[in-house]
Amino acid sequence: MGPRSSFDKALKELQQDILRLGSLVEQAVYDSVQSFTRQDVAGAAQVIMSDELVDTLFLEIEDRCVKLLATQQPMARDLRVAVAGIKILLNLERMADYAVDIARATMCLSSQPLNVQPLAYIPEMARIIQKMIKDGLDAYVHYDVEKARAMCALDDDVDFIFARAFRELINCMKKDPESVTQGAYLLYVVRYLERIADHATNIGEALIYLVTGERKELN
Amino acid sequence: MDKTKVTIKNLNLFYKDFQALKNVTLDIPANKITALIGPSGCGKSTFLRTLNRMNDLYEGVRVEGTVRLDGRDIYSPDVDVVALRKKVGMVFQKPNPFPMSVYDNVAYGPRIHGVKNRRQLDEIVELSLRSAALWDEVKDRLFKSALGLSGGQQQRLCIARLLAVEPEVVLMDEPSSALDPISTMKIEELIQVLKHEYTIVIVTHNMQQAARVSDLAAYFLHGELVEWGPTEEIFTRPQDRRTEDYITGRFG
Repeated sequence: MGPRSSFDKALKELQQDILRLGSLVEQAVYDSVQSFTRQDVAGAAQVIMSDELVDTLFLEIEDRCVKLLATQQPMARDLRVAVAGIKILLNLERMADYAVDIARATMCLSSQPLNVQPLAYIPEMARIIQKMIKDGLDAYVHYDVEKARAMCALDDDVDFIFARAFRELINCMKKDPESVTQGAYLLYVVRYLERIADHATNIGEALIYLVTGERKELN
Repeated sequence: MDKTKVTIKNLNLFYKDFQALKNVTLDIPANKITALIGPSGCGKSTFLRTLNRMNDLYEGVRVEGTVRLDGRDIYSPDVDVVALRKKVGMVFQKPNPFPMSVYDNVAYGPRIHGVKNRRQLDEIVELSLRSAALWDEVKDRLFKSALGLSGGQQQRLCIARLLAVEPEVVLMDEPSSALDPISTMKIEELIQVLKHEYTIVIVTHNMQQAARVSDLAAYFLHGELVEWGPTEEIFTRPQDRRTEDYITGRFG
């Protein structure tokens, strides 16, 4: 048993709990996009209800981070682990909130078939974002700075698609006033996806800070 | 730009055959608090004592390299060691008030250095006790024995005693490790105020104290200076693995 073995155990448990939350959020984002493109109201409702578990876990894990800071007075890398943990938690929680927002958009559009053209951008954005979340969590498990950097670079792809989707949606709505309601909700949804990608990038930045102590804006 | 008060270059110290300090090079900035940290036996107290030649009092000690105070080598043969120790004062782990009154403790140094005028001594005693944040607690018992004070008060008395001879550098060897938490806090607050007038170098085993109190931290291990730098950097992202292991408590 090395020095500070109980503290090391607590740090390990913290990492595992953050990963557990990360998986829930990964699933929520996936389910919210699936529900939206399939106009699955029941699926969307499930995303909204599941957010309560995410919020509860978030508060619990954040509280443990704060208690670790108070009781263990961590220094150097240990301190960065706790601080990065809190940053990652905050970003995961925001991502989950955006998944709920997407689910709400599904509910709002449930009475009409989705036929606005730029709808196709959503699965494209979602695919990249799923990879970003997965790679971000992998990077966190393995303290893999290169993987985190590569993941952050994907945010540019998401931003590019978002910009295209935004322009096309505006054009659609200009051409056809009937499409304004759908168009507006789609604007929201692509915006939420773009924000989810930004938060995923923040997770990558937090991991890089944890490992190297360097702070860099990568999105 | 920070001014350097003490420059140490390639300092080696031997206790007979044992090398206690190995090639230490460090700049101690003026009007800042520099903390020396490291495990027991690493050389930090030995290093502290080189700054006012207290090691001269040990038999068989040999020093190589230079220690310059305001640019002047303190190991130069023409240096007046008594004057040096007035300029570079020291506070020890165990408070060591003289067995005499509070007043006489503080007046001792000035008297030895030739101050005889009673009013002048009164002023020096009051100013020193105020500077050591002790005046209010002892002003009504100045002529009672210092041994009747609490541990924390005795330590602040020792600080007042050394301030009375107007030092420029204050060396502190674990000044609060024998004190309770409240006394420790008072000493730490005092140090933060004192640094505006003096240059402070403190040896401490208490990592959190070093982190709270110091501007610069220097990590010693087996007589070597492993790493030193701004305290905030050392305690959030040390460059050397050995420093990281020590401050995270994973050393040994």
